[in-house]
Amino acid sequence: MTEKAVTGTQPGEAALPARQRANPFQALLHDHPSLGPLLVLVASVVVFGGINTRFFNPANLSIMLQEVAVIGLLALGQTIIILTAGIDLSVGAAMILAQMVMAGLAINSGLPAAAALIIGLLVGLLTGLINGVLVTWFRVPPFIATLGTLGVFTAAGLKYANGQTLTPNPGSLLLWTGTVINIGSFRITTGVLMLLALYLVVGYALGRTAWGKHVYAVGDDPEASRLVGIRSTQLLVSVYLAAGLVYGIAAWVQIGRVGDASTDISSTLNLDSITAVVIGGVSLFGGRGVVTGTLFGALIVQVFQTGLALAGVQELYQMLAEGLLVIAAVSVDQWIRRVRR
Amino acid sequence: MSTASSIDGQGTAVGQPVLAASGLVKSYGRVEALRGVDFELFPGEILAVIGDNGAGKSTLIKCLTGAEIPDAGQIFLDRRPVHFRGVQQAKAAGIETVYQTLAVSPALDIASNLYLGREIRKTGPLGTVFRMLDTAAMRRMAREYVTRLGIETLQDITQAVETLSGGQRQVVAVARAAAFGSKVIILDEPTAALGVRESRQVANLIKQLRDNGLPIVLISHDMPTVFELADRIHVQRLGRRAAVIIPATHTMENAIAIMTGAAAA
Repeated sequence: MTEKAVTGTQPGEAALPARQRANPFQALLHDHPSLGPLLVLVASVVVFGGINTRFFNPANLSIMLQEVAVIGLLALGQTIIILTAGIDLSVGAAMILAQMVMAGLAINSGLPAAAALIIGLLVGLLTGLINGVLVTWFRVPPFIATLGTLGVFTAAGLKYANGQTLTPNPGSLLLWTGTVINIGSFRITTGVLMLLALYLVVGYALGRTAWGKHVYAVGDDPEASRLVGIRSTQLLVSVYLAAGLVYGIAAWVQIGRVGDASTDISSTLNLDSITAVVIGGVSLFGGRGVVTGTLFGALIVQVFQTGLALAGVQELYQMLAEGLLVIAAVSVDQWIRRVRR
Repeated sequence: MSTASSIDGQGTAVGQPVLAASGLVKSYGRVEALRGVDFELFPGEILAVIGDNGAGKSTLIKCLTGAEIPDAGQIFLDRRPVHFRGVQQAKAAGIETVYQTLAVSPALDIASNLYLGREIRKTGPLGTVFRMLDTAAMRRMAREYVTRLGIETLQDITQAVETLSGGQRQVVAVARAAAFGSKVIILDEPTAALGVRESRQVANLIKQLRDNGLPIVLISHDMPTVFELADRIHVQRLGRRAAVIIPATHTMENAIAIMTGAAAA
């Protein structure tokens, strides 16, 4: 099944009279890539809310949103890269490096927080630049390039942090992203608002600008996009740079949420971001998907984690559920991609 | 028969060539792919280029489209010598190529594909500062253009290209090449991957474009299509132009004989 679906997107396959009638539901999901994740999100909220009514508690919902901010941002950067048929295994490491630099410069080196923040964001951009250059000029496949930089960025972060946990002074700009905004009984943070704002910005760039069309075109069929004159090297470097900047911002949000910076963050960040993207209906083969899907994907992962925890399910089953969700999402994607009319 | 007389003898080739080449030489290591090829494409004609494998067809086309730089010889566009250093330069000069591999982006819609790489932005700050695309204008112009070409098979301009048949996709690729102020269109095996009915759609579009005055170079192995569409046929053999023939005076058997060297040109 996998093979069939993959070759289904090859240009040469156009020759075959593969005009099987699409099932209307399949066609609908095909035309609206974020619809599937939305349905799953609604269903999972209903189910987990039904199992344990504490799920709908405003405090619980608020914490879930705050939790989702970091992984949602990492998944956003990851989405742009995956749309070009790439992948970034170094997301979490890049974010940790950026956050250690931010906190380290502000606390250990005594730089003003604003300067430390800007340099931290530049470190995020630098990680993107390194990945982008490896993928384009050195022609290293994204999987391998970012597997390598995963090690490099992790080591750099550990070396720089030197085992410390760095806590910015109260009121520091670095903690601004954790500022709580009360809306009724809900507690939103500025980090959550930044998440939403960045999704709007990236969604706009992908959907309404030529750059976005080119991102899809390069991911869809690199040869075809080269032939129409899209400079894929510049485009790919710009994609990895944009993702790197988003990771830098994620680092800021992470410091604000936790209140300090340490390298002792879940090592599953890298894969969690990919999970969110894939569950969000963005195709790992590139050229297909929208950022709203990724946002739903990140929320689904969060709903499952919180929901299963509230239902008193052991952590191993939470991992099982997440694994099954990813497999189901990719299988559904393969099915949707076979649509013909 | 000499190539020159066959051109002069027929009314099809009038005026000065739009695209011409003389004495093109191209070697790959010790292999001489082109050994002094001459080439002329006249306004408003379909010139087919045929030849056996290894005759130098694709090398000739690559030199004309800037994909390869010839070792010797000259290329003229509108009688002016040109030296293309890459495909982009040839495109900028007005030479559009449609490749055998469909250069369309399946997930994007027809209008987006027609404007891929030359998108139109909104006027004012929305376009200049926020770089917002004028999707409505692109769709409107794409619709007008498709209607003007009489391509009935592409009704819904917002349809994703992957939902189209192979023939329709090739129609999109050819239409795009013809859409943007091009002087010459080069079609590399446009029907090789298509079925009979699909080929028909593409052939009709090619004729339509020629009738609109656009000169076309058609590289094809498909002899019936070549003889149906071409005004003149450039026969390539062993790195040289063996002959230029016209469908009215030559049969497919004659053409194949020249291609294979069984008959003198």
